[in-house]
Amino acid sequence: MAEISSNLLYSAFIIYLVATLVFGGAIKDKKTEKEKKQSKWAVMGFGLTILGFAAQLGYFVTRWIASGHAPVSNLFEFTTFFGMMLVGAFIIIYSIYRTAALGVFTLPVAILVIAYGSMFPRDISPLIPALQSDWLHIHVTTAAAGQAILSVSFAAGLIFLVKAVDQTKSSKQTFWLETVMFGLICTLAFVIVSSVFSGLDYKESFNWVDKKGKEAVMEYSLPALAGPHKGELLEGNFEPIAEMPAIINAKKLNTVIWSIGGGLVLYGLLRLIFRKRVAALLRPLVKNINLDLVDEISYRSVLIGFPVFTLGALIFAMIWAQIAWTRFWGWDPKEVWALITFLFYAAFLHLRLSKGWHGEKSAWLAVIGFAIMMFNLVAVNLVLAGLHSYA
Amino acid sequence: MNEVKCECGHVNPHGTVLCEACGRVLDEKEKDRKLVDMRYEGSARRSQTYDKTIVDKIWNFFSSVKVGIWLIVITLIASALGTILPQEMYIPPNIPPEQYYLDEYGTFGKLYVEFGFHNLYGSWWYLILVASIGISLVICSLDRVIPLYRALKAQKVSRHEGFLKRQRLFGISTGANSNIDLEQIKINLRDKRYSIREEDGNLLAEKGRFSRWGPYVNHIGLIIFLLGAMLRFVPGMYVDKVLWIREGETKAIPGTNGQYYLSSDKFILEVYDKEKDKEVFSDALGKMGAVAKNYQSNVTLLEREGDAIPGEEPNLKKVKDYSIKVNEPLKYDNYALYQVDYKLDELDKMHFNLINKKSEESFGEIEIDLYNPKLKYELNKGYSVQLMNYFPDFEFDENGDPVTKSPVPNNPAFIFKMFTPDNPEGEVSFVAIQQTVEPFGDNEYKMAFAGIETKNVSALTVRKDLTLWVIGLGGAIFMIGVIQGAYWNHRRIWIQPKSGEVWIAGHTNKNWHGLKREINMVIKDTGIHEPIDQTQEQEKKIS
Ligand code: HEM
Repeated sequence: MAEISSNLLYSAFIIYLVATLVFGGAIKDKKTEKEKKQSKWAVMGFGLTILGFAAQLGYFVTRWIASGHAPVSNLFEFTTFFGMMLVGAFIIIYSIYRTAALGVFTLPVAILVIAYGSMFPRDISPLIPALQSDWLHIHVTTAAAGQAILSVSFAAGLIFLVKAVDQTKSSKQTFWLETVMFGLICTLAFVIVSSVFSGLDYKESFNWVDKKGKEAVMEYSLPALAGPHKGELLEGNFEPIAEMPAIINAKKLNTVIWSIGGGLVLYGLLRLIFRKRVAALLRPLVKNINLDLVDEISYRSVLIGFPVFTLGALIFAMIWAQIAWTRFWGWDPKEVWALITFLFYAAFLHLRLSKGWHGEKSAWLAVIGFAIMMFNLVAVNLVLAGLHSYA
Repeated sequence: MNEVKCECGHVNPHGTVLCEACGRVLDEKEKDRKLVDMRYEGSARRSQTYDKTIVDKIWNFFSSVKVGIWLIVITLIASALGTILPQEMYIPPNIPPEQYYLDEYGTFGKLYVEFGFHNLYGSWWYLILVASIGISLVICSLDRVIPLYRALKAQKVSRHEGFLKRQRLFGISTGANSNIDLEQIKINLRDKRYSIREEDGNLLAEKGRFSRWGPYVNHIGLIIFLLGAMLRFVPGMYVDKVLWIREGETKAIPGTNGQYYLSSDKFILEVYDKEKDKEVFSDALGKMGAVAKNYQSNVTLLEREGDAIPGEEPNLKKVKDYSIKVNEPLKYDNYALYQVDYKLDELDKMHFNLINKKSEESFGEIEIDLYNPKLKYELNKGYSVQLMNYFPDFEFDENGDPVTKSPVPNNPAFIFKMFTPDNPEGEVSFVAIQQTVEPFGDNEYKMAFAGIETKNVSALTVRKDLTLWVIGLGGAIFMIGVIQGAYWNHRRIWIQPKSGEVWIAGHTNKNWHGLKREINMVIKDTGIHEPIDQTQEQEKKIS
């Protein structure tokens, strides 16, 4: 069963990739855009997306059966589930607005999210007592669904910016848009670097001294550019370039360095080959886009996603916390970041409604909102320790 | 003097921008604008009208959405600052925070404490921020909801031309009236669940007006939630205690004023077993080592009968047996007991033999209950042991005297006086783990360690929270309000035949795409042309 499950996830991943390309084909099709009818490519792309979604749903169900609990209990499971919800949210929004470009931007984000999640341990693990509750499924699934719908607003915002930001001269806008692109490319770099070295079965281990002065062993699965405090190479033959002080988690920093370094290389190559900003490179994809429409899609996604997010990430979370941890709120970092997300989107809605922040401003806000959610997913789990931090 | 009478005859409150009834522009400044600002229907809001007294100024400050947004954003940033390092409640309780943060995080940690960020969410300024949001919520809602209600209630079907022309969606269809099938439009509108009002041949189709109240409903929910959170500080509403209980022990439950007692039968810790549990877990278990499967206290809840008389054993009646697990608290009479912590194998009893040092002959064994030691232990044939002093958690203080750190027997030490026929005066011996001191010279006898008995201890949180239903109610109302405002829109379509023309105008508070699609379906094959989106027209002209 576990075997079938991982094969299904793998197929879903491939199908999403193909669907993205097919949606790309829909954009090339100039004629049909005017006729208001969907092009064949778009229909095919959408069909493939649904097929991929079904495959991933199959992964989810079979893994649930295999483990006896909903597979949302560790970083791998949660992240891939979030990716699936993102595709689900895309399916809903697409069926309202039928904009092929939305597929070209949302699906790659979902693919990246799933690939990122797959870099973490994929074993099926049993539940610790705190997680043995139906509220685990209820809370995590609704929270992820909310975040996913809000993320569609990011994709729409990105489309808006790629189209609206003037690429003929460099400005603050072009800088920040490139920063967003660079962030996505770094994630891609992380996935590539991790896959390559895990494919090579690369290992290094060090004897090191932690901040309490105790000796311990640290294992790396990437070549250690940043070595641990007083590290002594036990296995492997790559000497670290620099040694970190004891209060820094050298292993995580090393991963970050690899991701950013890899991102820089990829980004640099793109710039060298095409001699254009990455955002400018994407411009042809949004040629036929009606700015008003994507602005509305972005806003609509926030409107649909905000209540779902509030329900899942705050209200259900509080109910469960009351049962499992004796109190509904404990200022745990993950909780606080859910509150921050909530406050941010509340501010977004107010700015839009009362201050008339439409169009470009609203698109930037959608980007920031996504950044906050990704911070909660990545940094809070990996950096700020707390009750939620997955193994 | 405070009222404005419109040409249509409707009397509007002072400060009204668009006549509540016919929509005529009343405010001179607004007359030049291409599109009217429909946000609050151009109604007279107190904050836009009065700005004289200090009350006006405070009102205007808190009713401003700009201020509200700033408050939200500042709270957001402050909340983020509190997550950089763990809050005080998550650090070990026995170290002073200054020390802990300095040791763990260096100078940055020290500064963090100096700014008070280690207890950010309980700080006065954070509370003021949240309270200001609460005040702002009340005032901004009051400022808007009443005028909005008045305006929506007073609106007439026939709107003034200027009002229609200045709507975002507006169009004129020329051609004889006979070509235009108003009856079909009405049928189409009804199909789309519009409610239709007619007056002098003019139409007003409206739906989803209730969604306009969504924001106010959700704000009320938030206010109730915040009030509920404040209620916690009212005495008697909230209990937060910890009960450590050993197997076999019966204890009063703290926070219940001696009304309830708990006796613990057993504490159970289970871990996953690679062999016995599901096979799919074996990889993970192989890597992770021991993974807890269950923490459980089997307990009996008891209630005291009659009044408590000091010094007398309470009369206890059994209420129920229960297995408290994580996620399955024991609930009774507003109280809930949660499994939160445990200690395995705490020292419970110690055994000693009284022996003659030379012959190693034993003269009997004593059992000391470390939680309830006896003063004297009688043995056979004139042998006995007196417990002169007992230090459950022993250490030497700065003068070198033995003291106890806590009442928990982590490191018990005893001063015995051993009475034997040879030494009827008694010999004194100080006995701690791994050491024996004989303060008055060599003894003939000694207390030889003969074993320990241990027990598991379970920690339960005792919780009573009478604020929960208020908080739950606030949350529920908030959700209803948000859904009401987000999943429905207030849409209006005005259709007015005017000598040889038909005017159509449309307004929605959000989701224009949806309204446009709906209008297209409604006017299909009726001879009316699609209205123009005047915002997009303007944009096109600019670009
Ligand atoms: C955390 C606090 C708050 C939350 C979660 C919240 C939530 C909301 C939501 C969901 C809406 C509906 C928005 C939409 O449908 O697009 C709304 C509208 C509104 N909120 Fe808030 N709000 C908060 C605080 C405030 C504050 C402090 C003010 C005061 C200045 C305020 C003033 C308004 C106004 C004026 C509206 C629009 C009402 C209308 O146009 O009919 N809100 N709020």
